[in-house]
Amino acid sequence: MTKIIVDGAEVDVPAEYTILQACEAAGAEIPRFCYHERLSIAGNCRMCLVEVKGGPPKPVASCAMGVRDLRPGPEGQPPVVFTKSPMVKKAREGVMEFLLINHPLDCPICDQGGECDLQDQAMAYGVSGSRFAENKRAVEDKYIGPLVKTIMTRCIHCTRCVRFVAEVAGVSEMGAIGRGEDMEITTYLEHAMTSELQGNVIDLCPVGALTSRPYEFKARSWELSKTESVDVMDALGSAIRVDARGREVMRILPRMNEDVNEEWISDKTRFIWDGLKTQRLDRPYVREGGRLRPATWAEAFEAIAAKAKATSPERVGAIAGDLSTAEELFALKDLMGRLGVANLDARQDGSVSHPSNGRASYLFNAAIAGVEEADAILLIGTNPRLEAPVLNARIRKRWRHGGVKIALVGERADLTYGVDHVGAGTDSLTELVEGKHSFAKVLSEAKRPLVIVGAGALARADGLAILSAAAKLAKGSGEGADGWNGLSVLHSAASRVAALDLGVVPGEGGKTAAEMAAAGALDLVFLLGADEIDVAPGAFAVYVGSHGDRGAHRADVILPGAAYTEKSGVYVNTEGRPQMANRAAFPPGEAREDWAILRALSERLGHKLPYDSLPQLRAAMFAKAPHLAALDQIAAGSAADLDALAGLGGSFSGEAFVNAVQDFYLTNPIARASAVMAEMSALRRGAVAQAAE
Amino acid sequence: MLHDRDRIFTNLNGRHGADLQSSLKRGAWDGTKFLLEQGKDWIITEMKASGLRGRGGAGFPTGLKWSFMPKPQEGRPHYLVVNADESEPGTCKDREIMRNDPHLLIEGCMIASFAMHANACYVYLRGEYVREKEALQRAVDEAYAANLVGKNNVHGYPFDIYVHHGAGAYICGEETALLESLEGKKGMPRLKPPFPANMGLYGCPTTVNNVESIAVAGTILRRGGGWFAGLGKPNNTGTKLFSISGHVNRPCNVEEEMGITFRELVEKHCGGVRGGWDNLMAVIPGGSSVPLLPEHQCQDLSMDFDTLRNLKSGLGTAAVIVMDKSTDVIRAIARLSYFYKHESCGQCTPCREGTGWMWRVVSRMAEGRAEKREIDMLLEVTTQVEGHTICALGDAAAWPVQGLIRHYRHVIEQRIDDYTARSTPADHLVAAE
Repeated sequence: MTKIIVDGAEVDVPAEYTILQACEAAGAEIPRFCYHERLSIAGNCRMCLVEVKGGPPKPVASCAMGVRDLRPGPEGQPPVVFTKSPMVKKAREGVMEFLLINHPLDCPICDQGGECDLQDQAMAYGVSGSRFAENKRAVEDKYIGPLVKTIMTRCIHCTRCVRFVAEVAGVSEMGAIGRGEDMEITTYLEHAMTSELQGNVIDLCPVGALTSRPYEFKARSWELSKTESVDVMDALGSAIRVDARGREVMRILPRMNEDVNEEWISDKTRFIWDGLKTQRLDRPYVREGGRLRPATWAEAFEAIAAKAKATSPERVGAIAGDLSTAEELFALKDLMGRLGVANLDARQDGSVSHPSNGRASYLFNAAIAGVEEADAILLIGTNPRLEAPVLNARIRKRWRHGGVKIALVGERADLTYGVDHVGAGTDSLTELVEGKHSFAKVLSEAKRPLVIVGAGALARADGLAILSAAAKLAKGSGEGADGWNGLSVLHSAASRVAALDLGVVPGEGGKTAAEMAAAGALDLVFLLGADEIDVAPGAFAVYVGSHGDRGAHRADVILPGAAYTEKSGVYVNTEGRPQMANRAAFPPGEAREDWAILRALSERLGHKLPYDSLPQLRAAMFAKAPHLAALDQIAAGSAADLDALAGLGGSFSGEAFVNAVQDFYLTNPIARASAVMAEMSALRRGAVAQAAE
Repeated sequence: MLHDRDRIFTNLNGRHGADLQSSLKRGAWDGTKFLLEQGKDWIITEMKASGLRGRGGAGFPTGLKWSFMPKPQEGRPHYLVVNADESEPGTCKDREIMRNDPHLLIEGCMIASFAMHANACYVYLRGEYVREKEALQRAVDEAYAANLVGKNNVHGYPFDIYVHHGAGAYICGEETALLESLEGKKGMPRLKPPFPANMGLYGCPTTVNNVESIAVAGTILRRGGGWFAGLGKPNNTGTKLFSISGHVNRPCNVEEEMGITFRELVEKHCGGVRGGWDNLMAVIPGGSSVPLLPEHQCQDLSMDFDTLRNLKSGLGTAAVIVMDKSTDVIRAIARLSYFYKHESCGQCTPCREGTGWMWRVVSRMAEGRAEKREIDMLLEVTTQVEGHTICALGDAAAWPVQGLIRHYRHVIEQRIDDYTARSTPADHLVAAE
């Protein structure tokens, strides 16, 4: 710790702090544009200048100067920093004036207006008038993809976007061309960026140079109601803020959550919202004569009740989808239990994850933040860049720190960091388990080995054998710190862990999702947002969900539900962390929250669920699964489960691994309804010519 | 005036051969092995004793700079980088060294590298110096062929020298931008600290020296630091290459004692000011980035670091630009402003935005198309650029303008008055549509 005097107040800060951090610790506010906690230091905006006593007679950039680089006073007194002196004030005014001379005064038509760093700091640190009598610079806008709109005249060359794309996203696609006042930020030859995290540059841009293209001219920030929620596009449960105007979700922004997403979100999370407005189911439908016709709730329930009465429980089943809240899953299981139905499953992809193997067998045990402590990482049958881009950024962050070896068994892919490709199939896994591959030594000597098993690796017949092998490999040298558990399952469905926690799996003699979907297996099937599975013709299908996707097309009765922004509910992420999603808008038309639909249906089926409100339902659920009540906290799985799992063994089929996510942009019904995601998907597949010609 | 026996660069004008044999005759590579055998500490002590101040412009004591290099560590090689990116307008001294006396430079590189535990030296050449590159490369090849440098050379200290040709950006003469460029990145200055002596080329301890500072090292050590210190003035010792250009009868490069008067320099070596001494108007004494001095300050002007600094100018690279009374001084400074605007790297705000602003205002003033209150505004803008930037280019862009306003405010005001008097009301009407 080092002592430093900031504006007369002495503070004790770690020696590796920069002056800017020390000033913040002392409570002094330092304006900045280029400095960002999670990016490298550029020191180029010069807004954070402070005066240092005893140093050179010019102000220093506080973001770039370390506290340990300051000279103490003649008798060893702590270094003295001024942040409010006339010299500092003058320097800030000067820099602010320089930034503004070539910045357009188009705040009234700028999407950044109202949440613009330049606007705010100009008010706080600038002068009121301009002395610049020349013409302002104009810069041609650049095409950098369908997600990020550029108005480059507004750019103040802080290079945050360049640093983010190179450092966090890991694709060196942005940079500056030209020099001096002709310097321009662009992508190489104006190609679209290929990162799944590119939307974050919109948040990073301190001015309106990079703004959201889909949100372009849609709303002003101050007229939006802001709801804190969690994301369901992947199983990470990134913290988001849903901004809505009236009934309409206008945009989605990240929130800070150091344990999960730091402050990044993927493009799917950010730009999914146009899918919330299209293909919506806003009234019940009943199939008559092969065609779906609009119906009333009563008619729809009537049709279901009639079918249920005529069907024996063995011929009834229920499949829960990937975006369901824990409350819905609990209500569904409850209802099926009351109907005497054992055919219940939430694993549409055919995953072998099962609560009977213990909670540790299906969690990302090392936790997402734990990636940063790992000293060897093995990826099995997964492409985290597509399955969880934010997690991929975390792995890249770990890799950039050095001292970690990363290997991959499965499909070869560009993960933005250096990866040893061991092999494509289970044979390579065998090599690792038997110690025949060089990476086996790395794993066995690692103190904190991390083995990430993708959802694709578990959704196959030999999934349990693969999981068992992974558990073996995750033991490492056994010298790890207490509590380190390196076996980490990366799910791709947001609802999966909650479903397994609540036991939404086949009961005694019950059929799995794949078996239920087979021809002739059932006479009546309830699909709770289940859109990733093809139910064979024959069974009478009841679809409860929000979008007209695969499930709704197959359905005989459609009950319109709410999307994730339209309901409150608990989601448990792949780490096993329960988080509360909140309602930002209301479902359209006659659509209702899914739990309420199940509750109403239960009454018509003659097995009324004993809760009339969401709090009552939640109380019942928490009574059954108390760990879900501890929001944001992980109830860790037990290490004993892992030992049992490792001892399970089993034989491999020898087939190559197939990743769970092939097209990042089209993984769920909301994404498939989104025009933005469709465009990105087409762009990625190379179907659309680039606009840069 | 400097005696011929005290000249270091005896072939500055290229009258003799630049090849190895000719250079050996003139004394290059003479007893280099003996010098190395005296040890690193002796070399640095002698360099400190000589009082040599860096010849690249800032005038930092060279011996002191060499002593800043940390103790060698395993896996962290030391580097010597020679800054031959001589791009300052007016400066043309290093090119003559590389063309005509390259072996003095190569020898100096070897000695300096030895003193700083470096086994490799990079010479970063300005992009436009094509012939100089050829000449230097030829000399390096000769030195390798004669086994004067290389892994197992006759001096017994493994040493490699590489000539790297830049791409012609002025900013790459800034030492950290030079290192970035040498590493293959965009030539943008780094933040300091850390200084190159701790984190330089490829993150390793590095010293960056000017060509002249390195090229004089061999001779200084051969003749002793005391000899060098005996020349010139206290704290401004030794000899220096002066590049005199502009309105003199015979512009030239010449080696002279520090502290020579400007008048002697011009009269003895350049045949006097064009049109006679009384025709002198102003002098930029140290390359384009230092403020100019008006004629009345040049009468008994001593050309050394401290005198010029006290006059709020600087010796810089000793590139003396002489302007006679035919010069439009405002246009001259406007042209320099354009140069700095063109060469600003664009990394940090004050320089990127300020250089263009200053150029535009000074250009208008050159026409007279300005208002008098803008003179003070311009002066304030220069102070907002100066000292607020990452590197010294911001300062270099601000100083000429400050010098102009300091000494020639009356000329600017006269120009504005003339313009206002000339412009008729009709002119104003045209612009309004």
